[in-house]
Parts: sequence; structure tokens; C-alpha cells
Amino acid sequence: MATIGHNNLNAKLVLLGDMGAGKSSLVLRFVKGQFLEFQESTIGAAFFSQTLAVNDATVKFEIWDTAGQERYHSLAPMYYRGAAAAIIVYDITSSDSFSRAKKWVQELQKQGNPNMVMALTGNKADLEDKRKVTAEEARVYAEENGLFFMETSAKSAANVNEVFYEIAKRLPRAQPAQSPAGMVLVDRPAEGSSAASCCS
Amino acid sequence: MDEEYDVIVLGTGLKECILSGLLSVDGLKVLHMDRNDYYGGESTSLNLIQLWKKFRGDDKPPPHLGSSKDYNIDMNPKFIMANGMLVRVLIHTDVTKYLYFKAVDGSFVFNKAKVHKVPSNDMEALKSPLMGIFEKRRARKFFIYVQDYNESDPKTHDGLDLTRVTTKELIAKFGLDDNTVDFIGHALALHRDDRYLNEPALDTVKRMKLYAESLARFQGGSPYIYPLYGLGELPQAFARLSAVYGGTYMLNKPECKVEFDADGKVIGVTSEGETAKCKKVVCDPSYLPGKVRKVGKVARAIAIMSHPIPSTNDSQSVQVILPQKQLGRKSDMYLFCCSYSHNVCPKGKYIAFVSTEAETDQPAIELKPGIDLLGPVEEIFFDMYDRFEPVNEPTLDNCFISTSYDATTHFESTVVDVLNMYTLITGKVLDLSVDLSAASAAEE
Repeated sequence: MATIGHNNLNAKLVLLGDMGAGKSSLVLRFVKGQFLEFQESTIGAAFFSQTLAVNDATVKFEIWDTAGQERYHSLAPMYYRGAAAAIIVYDITSSDSFSRAKKWVQELQKQGNPNMVMALTGNKADLEDKRKVTAEEARVYAEENGLFFMETSAKSAANVNEVFYEIAKRLPRAQPAQSPAGMVLVDRPAEGSSAASCCS
Repeated sequence: MDEEYDVIVLGTGLKECILSGLLSVDGLKVLHMDRNDYYGGESTSLNLIQLWKKFRGDDKPPPHLGSSKDYNIDMNPKFIMANGMLVRVLIHTDVTKYLYFKAVDGSFVFNKAKVHKVPSNDMEALKSPLMGIFEKRRARKFFIYVQDYNESDPKTHDGLDLTRVTTKELIAKFGLDDNTVDFIGHALALHRDDRYLNEPALDTVKRMKLYAESLARFQGGSPYIYPLYGLGELPQAFARLSAVYGGTYMLNKPECKVEFDADGKVIGVTSEGETAKCKKVVCDPSYLPGKVRKVGKVARAIAIMSHPIPSTNDSQSVQVILPQKQLGRKSDMYLFCCSYSHNVCPKGKYIAFVSTEAETDQPAIELKPGIDLLGPVEEIFFDMYDRFEPVNEPTLDNCFISTSYDATTHFESTVVDVLNMYTLITGKVLDLSVDLSAASAAEE
């Protein structure tokens, strides 16, 4: 476990994008180093945490997957609440998924907090022969909308860690009061007993 | 949508969302729909624009109130007892990880035209201006008896069998006067009327212990906690649990007509020309109006203010109970107040609610004793809604209908209804014996 110094951040990170774009695969690759060829729709686990050390700080990501609620446009507002970062995922072999990624960006601009770090990720970059969305097109869109852009492959692991590192680097160090100063009810007395708190 | 489900849940109120979550975790295939384009049904929290739309039609909220988005105004205001059943359900399901809570600052009671802090233990009883000097000592003895009482240890019972002795008889043993009984029964044991006096004392003693233990839990000024961003977060969090375990969510589905076969058993739900088949339907009363009856109505006022409720030590969040006897009513009246400290409105603003089981058709007049305690308000809305309970036989039609939310101040009765429905639906009893003492509140 990463040692927790004075520069540790907790950051809620939300994933957005079409069904099948590879949101869960990206997280599984990042958190567990796994890839499943036939990843089922997200069931049972849609909440991961992973800690990254970046230069002067450690960033503990609390990663929220959509749990399928995006399917019929029924994502709850609490999903966006307090999110410090978002990864909008599309599939480079599907123009539809790219145009819907743009819709998710609009939704975030409406619902999310204005300081949110946003990454646009063209996933399935290993399927070059089936590509429908050029990297150039996506990069231009990302630049115009204040996102950073990367193409990834959850299958080959290309650029997956890099996306999360880049987000960690871009998170504002003096975090504004976006993670609220409330208390969390926890069920694990032992784990939290080392008082991993920076605000004593 | 043209699939077959084990259960279709209609309405995304808190009760339906808890059930949806529990059933999905059990491995049942759940479809959850709502006619509204937002989560929460009757237990949602509205922003200013939604609030104005609901109560003021085409008017727009005045700009000096600030950004609409900064408001989360509960449609069913309640607090959460820190050691209560809802917390047990939250821990049992691990839904706590989606939510942040803060303790509620104060718990007060209206007595002889004044607002007082509720004394909850022997030490506070001695300091409370609610009682005279001799009465304080008697009350202290009673509090000590309740604190020491342990159901499984007869030595703590003082020779009294509380399953038989009535509350009235127990209180008579300690010689407490009616005024003391009134605040103990209504502000500590949280009874809504005076029936408890003639019922076995055990229930009241347990309720007092729950209050005291909840109060001790987070060192707040009250036994309550409340989620940041309002109660509307609760149904969303349980809906997420359901979705994580495979539940399918569809909002903004008009009609949601429940379909029956010739024997009156449910076979599915139709919306927008498509029918989803199912074995069972779980819903709030509004989706099956023919299978419920009206059992009462709730009157309430919602106020936006620029100051805390007077005489509550500037509490940023507070509950004040006005016992029925103090007002000459049949049921208690409640005040709630929340503010920026729970992220339900911008800094400097306060949202206050006055609610009661309605005894007339004129909420503005009926709620006046509570509204008078608020001081000046910037905006106030009055509302009444009917309460329903199911009259169907679920074993015959496979429809499981929740009871409307009552005017109680906390969620105990809500969770009791949910647990009973869960048992009716699944034939199982939910084991809520979570380790409450192990669950501590971590400051983030």
C-alpha cells in the first residue's frame, strides 16, 4: 500500500460512454491488470479504488462505473456529484459511439463541476483495420472542448495507465471543497484505523 | 423491454429503490421504471426550478435566492436515526460507500410555548429547564433505570415485567408529572400520539435507548444523521446498488400500466406500447390506485429562510417536535431545518419544513403554531398529500404495494414497511444483525 504523506488526494472519477465502448474493460485493466475478451455487462462490481503515486503526491481514485444505468439514459445525478475527473470512452470502430461521447461531454458540462478534469479516450485501438474514427478528428474535438485525448486498448494495455496518470497529474493540488467534508459510515474498523486523514 | 423479468418495480421512491436493490442482490432479474424523468418519486429532492414548477406553475424563482442547482429540497423530510434500521440497511448493503453523512446539530422540543433542548440522559435531565428541581431528580432516576435496563438481564428490571407493565404504570413508579411524560414520550421515544401510555412499557424503553445510543454515536447534538445533498440521494444510491447487480433502469416511462391475467394475477407492465413480462410487481400506491385506500393525509409547509430557526442555538440542522398536547391536537407537529452545512442550499440560506398528520383541510392555519417558530421567511409553500395503504392480497395477485410515507420525523416506519414487503416477496427475513459498533463514522 502506498504510504500516505501530506500530499494525498482522494478523487472521484466517473466513466461515461456507450454500452460496449469498453468502460469496464479500461478499469479492469487499470485496477487489476486483466482483460476479458467477452466482458459481460457490468454486474456486481462498479466501484473500484486505486492509488497512484505521481511526482509529489499520491492520488487515490474512487472509480465509478455506470453499472448499465446509461443504457436507457437513467444515470442518477449522484453519479456526477463531486466527481473530480471523468473519462469519456468511445470505440474507435464505431462512429455512433463517438457521436454519443460528444453527448456525454455536453451532459458533463451541464451537470458536473466546472473544474473537472476530463479525458476523451478512443478505446479498442488494437482494432486498427476496423477504425471508423480518426485520431485527428477526436483530437480536434477534445482540444475545442477542453479535454485531453488518448487512444487506448484495454486488450493490449496500451495507454491505459497513461490516461489515469495524466488525470492524476492534472488534478488541482489544492483541492477545492468538491469532496465534501462529511463523514462516511464504514463497516471496516480495522482498515481505517491507521487514520489515513490529511486534515488533522 | 420485451423480456421477462422476475420483478418489475414501479416508482423510484426510497422504499421501491431499497427493495429493488435487495432483490437484485438476491439474483432476481429486476426491471425498474418510473413515470418521472428523475429519481426518487415522493422521496426526491427538488432544485428551485423544479420546486417552483411543482408549486407555482409558470412563475420563475427569484434570482436573489441563488442558483437553482444549489438547492436540494426534500419532498419527504426526515432524519436518520444514527443507530436505527435505515443505517443497518445501509451497512448491510454497503450502500454507505455512495453517500456522505453529517450529524444533525440539534434536537428540540416545544413545551409551554417555548423551544427547549431535549435532555436525553441523566446528566442532561439535571440541567434541563424543562423541569423543576424535584422533578429533575425523579426524571434522573427514570433515565438511569432506562439506561441500565437490559432485556436479557432480569437484575436490571427492578422486578418489573415491561412486557406487561404499561408505560403509564412504569412512569407512575417514578412519580413523573404529565409535562415530563409528554416530552419523554414524544421527543425521546418519538411516539406520535398518546396510545403508548396504555401499551407495554418495553417499546417505549427501547425507543428511549435507541435515542440515547444514537445520540452518543457521533457526538452531535442530536441522535440523527442526514446525507449531504439531501434525502434524494438515498433512492439514487439504492438504485445504483440494484443496477450494479444487474437491475435495468428506465426513467421517463409514461403510463406503466400493470397487466393481469383472467385470474387477476399480474403478468407484466405496458409502457409506450411495449409489454415487459414479469412474475411480480412492486410499486408505490400511485401505480395501482385501484388496490389501495386512503388512510390519512399529511399537511406541510416548506420555507426558504435566511436564518436558522430561532431559539435553537443557531443550529445549522435541527429538529423541533411540538407534542400534540402542547397544541391541543391529536397528532404531533414537526419542524426540520437543514442548510448549507448539508449542501441542500447556498450559504446563508436555510430550508425549513413544518409537517403533521392533517386534521383539517387548511394547512396554512393548521400549521401556524409551527410556522410561528420559524421567524420571517423569504418564501413559503403549502401542500397536502393523501396517504394510502394497500388493500390487495399479494398472494392472489402478486402485487406488492408500499404504504405512503407518513409524517414521522425519521425512517424507522419506512424501513419496517420495506422489510415486511421483502419478506412477503421472497419468503425470507432480511438479517440486519450488522455490527453497528464496528461501523464508525470516518471523517474524510
